[in-house]
Amino acid sequence: MNLSSSYLIQLWIPLGLYLLVMLYIGFYSNRVVSSANGKNFLSEYFLGNRDLGGYVLAMTLVATYVSASSFLGGPGTAYSQGLGWVLLAMTQLPTAYLTLGVLGKRFAIVSRKVNAVTIIDVIRERYDNNPLVVWLASVGAVIFLVVAVIGQFVGGAKLFQTITGLPYIWGLILFGGIVLIYTTGGGFRAVVLTDAVQGTVMFFGTIVILIAATIAGGGIPNIMQTLNTINPDLLTPYGVDNFIAVPWISSYWVLVCIGILGLPQNAIRAMAYKDSKSMHRAIIIGTIVSGVLMLGLHLTGVLARAIVTEIPQGLTTDHVMPLLAMKLFPAWFAGIFLAAPLAAIMSTVDSQLILMSSTIVKDLYLNYINPKAKDDQKRLTSISMISTAVLGLIIILASINPPSLIIWINLYAFGGLEATFFWMLILGLYWKRANASGAIASMITGIAGFVIISRIWPRPFGTHPIVLTSILGLIAFLIATYATKPPKEETIEKFWGV
Amino acid sequence: MEKKTFKEDSRYKQTNKETLSMVILLIANIIWWYVFAYGLGSRPPEKYTYIMGFPAWFFWSCIVSFVLFSVLAWVIVSVVFKDIPIDTIEDENKGEDKK
Repeated sequence: MNLSSSYLIQLWIPLGLYLLVMLYIGFYSNRVVSSANGKNFLSEYFLGNRDLGGYVLAMTLVATYVSASSFLGGPGTAYSQGLGWVLLAMTQLPTAYLTLGVLGKRFAIVSRKVNAVTIIDVIRERYDNNPLVVWLASVGAVIFLVVAVIGQFVGGAKLFQTITGLPYIWGLILFGGIVLIYTTGGGFRAVVLTDAVQGTVMFFGTIVILIAATIAGGGIPNIMQTLNTINPDLLTPYGVDNFIAVPWISSYWVLVCIGILGLPQNAIRAMAYKDSKSMHRAIIIGTIVSGVLMLGLHLTGVLARAIVTEIPQGLTTDHVMPLLAMKLFPAWFAGIFLAAPLAAIMSTVDSQLILMSSTIVKDLYLNYINPKAKDDQKRLTSISMISTAVLGLIIILASINPPSLIIWINLYAFGGLEATFFWMLILGLYWKRANASGAIASMITGIAGFVIISRIWPRPFGTHPIVLTSILGLIAFLIATYATKPPKEETIEKFWGV
Repeated sequence: MEKKTFKEDSRYKQTNKETLSMVILLIANIIWWYVFAYGLGSRPPEKYTYIMGFPAWFFWSCIVSFVLFSVLAWVIVSVVFKDIPIDTIEDENKGEDKK
């Protein structure tokens, strides 16, 4: 995009301020982390000492799963496919009430009983300290999260490039660097506090652009009329030329709604809140916020079809939202809106980064490589921070030569994580008989199944591979569990007893 | 078959109730989405009716469902969910190991 330099400066002012706020939160949290010397460094750095209130919990939950694809790829597809794509996005409405309602208090109670700091802590205790369970889950989590984070970084840097003309690599260093600094320095607390700010920016940004687009298009009836002239398919639930077939869209109830329960970066939030009241508030706030974001963003993408009539050369439908913002708003205000997709990316990446770091430090290093380090608080602090920083640097380097199609990369990693954790978490929590062999069988079947099915049979019976993968994962879990001994008595008593 | 040698955490009765209520809400949400999207949306576009400018299927399955299920989530949380302690009860009569 060729923009005048005065326009660019105006655009950069709110963006720059916004990034500074993120850094400030990082420094503030770092002070809290540093003062938490003593026994609970790990709990503070990786779990914010379990003191999330309702608003922050709701915002961090929503902001973590609302990613680049909801701001760029998703509305872009809605632009080309019409209202049917909004219908698809609405399968994400239940995420907050489902994650908090189903994992909910049970997960919070259990994680306190076994004094868990990570998801894998809970899993390790539940599956009788089986090392294979821990290694599979940890390695699976790290691999899929790396892929997901690269996808997000690429999206963010590309956005910088398109909007501000800043070369890709500088965009990557600037915004990747900022995420890295506040996450490394402030840990989980910095992650959730920035999430709360980022979620709020996304929420208001979405409302403003939806209203502005409605007005710019001359009202909803007018816009629908225009869409009807462009192509009546845009008004149907089926997309253009039946692009959104019913079995495919139905799979999204598994992929982006129910399956969310298996995403460790979401599930961890179900053990980080302060008390029942916070969780109750978060269910209500989270449902409203995710509804506004999902409906608002994708609907705006559809409305944009009547406003942004042509995508300039060199750009794709992924750029519809930035194009729309710059068309509708003065530069300084467009800058605020452009902060929203960046916020979406940062709030997703930071959670994944801190989770990977906790997996490596807490679940692998302290359990298997050097258990003695547990007692040395100073060493623990530096190991945790260094591992966060190094991981982030590796990912930024890997993002320099980027793969394309953000939305699909992201969905691939997404499905892989769900296949790894879903049954292991849910059955471990609610089924006493579930044992380590079942968990191992379902993880192997899930991960291998998802990758293989995606490659050789991308649409089994018209559905997304995650559906078949989940069914196979469950069958494997049940067979392996019943073929082997029940879990130890002590484990059951620890989880279910008083 | 499974003899309970320990007392089950009494809070789990309540958490099971809460979990079940959310699963039911989800099922209702999915049914609502299907019925309105494909019940009203499967006819040819020239036969669509419109509410507030939106095709009726979209209005009911996306906009109304958002409002309705947010309200229902709020109702269920206030009626079914209870303010129970989630911290581990430091039970002194639990004892380290009872002989």
